[in-house]
Amino acid sequence: MTIGTPMLRKEDPKLLTGEGKFVDDIHVSGELWMGMVRSPMAHAKILSVDVSEALKMPGVHSAYSGADLNGMGLWAAPLPCAWPVTEDMVNPPHFPVAAEYARHVGEIVAVVLADSRYGAADAAEAVIVDFEQLPAVASLDEAVADSKMAHSDLSTNKAYHWALEPDNAAVEAAFANAAHTVTGNFVQQRMIPAAMEPRGVLAVPSPHGGELTLYSASQVPHLLKVLIAATTGLPENKLRVIAPAVGGGFGAKLNVNPDELLAATLSNKLAKPVRWTETRSEAAFSTHQGRGQNQRIELAADADGKVTGCRVHLDADMGAYMMLITPGVPLLGSFLYTGVYDIPAFGFTCDGHFTNLTPTDAYRGAGRPEASYAIERAMDMLAAEMGMDPAELRRRNYIAGGDHFENFTVSSTLAFDSGHYGPNLDKALEMADYDGLRAEQKKRRDAGDAKQLGIGMVTYVEICGLAPSRALGGLNFNSGGWEHATVRMLPTGKVEVVSGSTPHGQGHETSWSQIIATKFGMDPNDVEVLHSDTALSPLGLDTYGSRSLSVGGVAIAMAADKVIEKARLMAAHMFEAAPGDVEYENGSFSVKGTPAKSVHIAELGFGAFLAHDLPDGMEPNLQEQVSFDPPNFAFPFGTHVAVVEIDEGTGNVELLDYIAVDDCGNQVNPLIVEGQVHGGIVQGVGQALFEAAAYDEDGNCQNPSFLDYLVPSPMEMPNIKTDYTYTPSTSNILGVKGVGEAGTIGSAAAVMNAVVDGLSPHGVKDMKMPATPQRVWNAIQGVTV
Amino acid sequence: MKVDLTVNGSAMSADVEPRTLLVHLIRDDLDLTGTNVGCDTSSCGACTVHVNGESVKSCTMFAVQAQGLEITTIEGMAADDGTLHPMQEAFRQCHGLQCGYCTPGMVMAATSLLKQNPSPSEAEVREGLEGNLCRCTGYHNIVKSVMSAAGGA
Ligand code: FES
Ligand code: FES
Repeated sequence: MTIGTPMLRKEDPKLLTGEGKFVDDIHVSGELWMGMVRSPMAHAKILSVDVSEALKMPGVHSAYSGADLNGMGLWAAPLPCAWPVTEDMVNPPHFPVAAEYARHVGEIVAVVLADSRYGAADAAEAVIVDFEQLPAVASLDEAVADSKMAHSDLSTNKAYHWALEPDNAAVEAAFANAAHTVTGNFVQQRMIPAAMEPRGVLAVPSPHGGELTLYSASQVPHLLKVLIAATTGLPENKLRVIAPAVGGGFGAKLNVNPDELLAATLSNKLAKPVRWTETRSEAAFSTHQGRGQNQRIELAADADGKVTGCRVHLDADMGAYMMLITPGVPLLGSFLYTGVYDIPAFGFTCDGHFTNLTPTDAYRGAGRPEASYAIERAMDMLAAEMGMDPAELRRRNYIAGGDHFENFTVSSTLAFDSGHYGPNLDKALEMADYDGLRAEQKKRRDAGDAKQLGIGMVTYVEICGLAPSRALGGLNFNSGGWEHATVRMLPTGKVEVVSGSTPHGQGHETSWSQIIATKFGMDPNDVEVLHSDTALSPLGLDTYGSRSLSVGGVAIAMAADKVIEKARLMAAHMFEAAPGDVEYENGSFSVKGTPAKSVHIAELGFGAFLAHDLPDGMEPNLQEQVSFDPPNFAFPFGTHVAVVEIDEGTGNVELLDYIAVDDCGNQVNPLIVEGQVHGGIVQGVGQALFEAAAYDEDGNCQNPSFLDYLVPSPMEMPNIKTDYTYTPSTSNILGVKGVGEAGTIGSAAAVMNAVVDGLSPHGVKDMKMPATPQRVWNAIQGVTV
Repeated sequence: MKVDLTVNGSAMSADVEPRTLLVHLIRDDLDLTGTNVGCDTSSCGACTVHVNGESVKSCTMFAVQAQGLEITTIEGMAADDGTLHPMQEAFRQCHGLQCGYCTPGMVMAATSLLKQNPSPSEAEVREGLEGNLCRCTGYHNIVKSVMSAAGGA
């Protein structure tokens, strides 16, 4: 079960039997439950907070308003934003509990502590808060209009203006000389990430030792540790953060949240364990949301359909506050608006705006699905405008004409590691039977069938492997992009791998074991992976941005190589040979020419542990570590084809078929790759057809629960047909790219291209997401909504 | 209030408030934390258990309503020697889980689905699991797992 084989996951038996422990499964005696009192208004002045009734309730320990907490001196700094995208970005201070103003529905205005889950909920309801309602900025459009302020002490809702304009003159010239231009105005609706495990936290103090252990349903325990220290003033070296089993993240568990800080400081202050688990309906307020952008993209093309220029402006909805990377999400997409195409002139600007809504932040793909959506919808609009087949238009514009390339610098200034788009498209079209589909579409159109076909395609590219630390520095992102690994050969020949990556469903334990199994010629079941606990794995930058394999996995491979090199010296010493004469293959060292005499690397662990007979100057123990900072990002790509059936009588869109041909470079575990592709696709399909966080004019979220927020169910999805091409990355020694977000980056545009294609006989040129039956039906009737 | 019930073959009892949900009795009082909570509107199925052999979302029942009933949770599915239940094994073989949060509920719902319909079509599996949400797998491999457990794939 080496690299490239579909090994069954090591994680599964525990999870399949209920043995896996999620945060809410872990209990300690004496624990207090937090209950959050949340603002019912999107924008209000807090006049008074009365906790006296709550305090009288049985089992209630204490209750605090925001002012109480501020008075207790619990905060060394506001909640952190790690990505001040510009020098002059507006970043109003944001504390875990609001003291003076509530700026979105669900912002915490008081917290109660009680001895049970139900008791905390009851006590929170007994807190009486007096508000004075203020006008609320209840949508991105209202924020841009700027006639009401989301923060009453600010004179504009605009938080920043950011530009990526390498050559504006070239862009102007491209548009001045264009034979065809198209403009797409797209709305990336707000999405509720909806990981199936709600977020939760448990803080366990050690009153006399001063230590604090925090369990959190987090993708980023390492970042959390640093940032809890920075925001609470608790000494970082007294903090231990553990992300136990984590039930999906999708970006939503990549943050530093009020509840985490409250649990940490209150447990420390009260010398009591403190816990909280969000309810699903609460999650619409207590966990950030995704997307929330208005996009304008313009393409200029010559008479042959060669795209010569691309100009993009975004208005991005920050929500009420800047969370960890809120302002940077659009920037993550900015470099990808030219997609897989060789478009010589490019310009991008983005304005970030405050609204009185739940803050936005990373959601699967973070900026890149938005970019892919815009360019891929615009390419379809251009194809329609020119009367050209969308596959043909794409072919004409691929980088390197669709041939294999390495290290190609696109006009957005990034150097794509490698790509080979032509055969990838060919494979997808063949699997979809594209010509057959078009023939069937024509047949149904000619016959005036009640159910019409729509066919949509995309070729996406994504940036993953976040990230070269210097590149992040250049973007003003206050974090490195390296990942750390330690590989340790134990005395008995088993291996421990310590990784700074933090899985929450991705199967790292399996993939990392396969990497070691390949390097050391051993059974992957003899490898144990330690992760997600800052005491076991002190160094790490965690899991997001499809970085785990291409940064964290590569770090493990590099550390394994260092172990091999040390072991080679030991073997040479043992064989009384020169190290250069010692060969290594599949775990075994032997002297050139005498293969019969050999030693397996697993056998050297004991000698390194005994240290009785090591080469002069060699340190005992066989373990090595690597902090790998990638020299470049990795750029996976793929072609997806969506086939929808539109019921012209009801407007219902059914996804009939979905074909995905992805290229994530070399694969470590094809089974896991496939799973990531499937899940990613469905999340994009959800955005295209079903999901949207809906707000009324007062800024109330109208669908916070699963009754109204339509996470796709098994019924709405077809089976997905997958295949792959393999174009190794040049950014790392494994040639791997990343696949965690790829499906999502391709699928929303593929489905919407299919929907618009299906509706094109009605003159429909674009449609807003989600393409609900009502929207589709209206479009068929010629009504735009 | 006191409830006596049989859980995974053992007699158990607990003292609960009348409003306690069965899922919270199972998780918080009996410490069988394999049964998960994914929502507060009985929409997600993460809490699915078997009550007298039928699959039930355990957040839709009060604990006291389980008085005298037989409950099976995910912890009761594998054999005593640790051998996985065929449905658990099928999920493992077909990569029918990622984060594993929806998985106990999926396995419980799928087992009871096959009990009612031992050789379902793919469409029937999708229909039968409609009340169980998964955010990770896109359902493709879950459906494959159930079909495989039914001997159909
Ligand atoms: S927790 Fe019971 S259905 Fe969601
Ligand atoms: S495996 Fe994560 S929710 Fe289903």
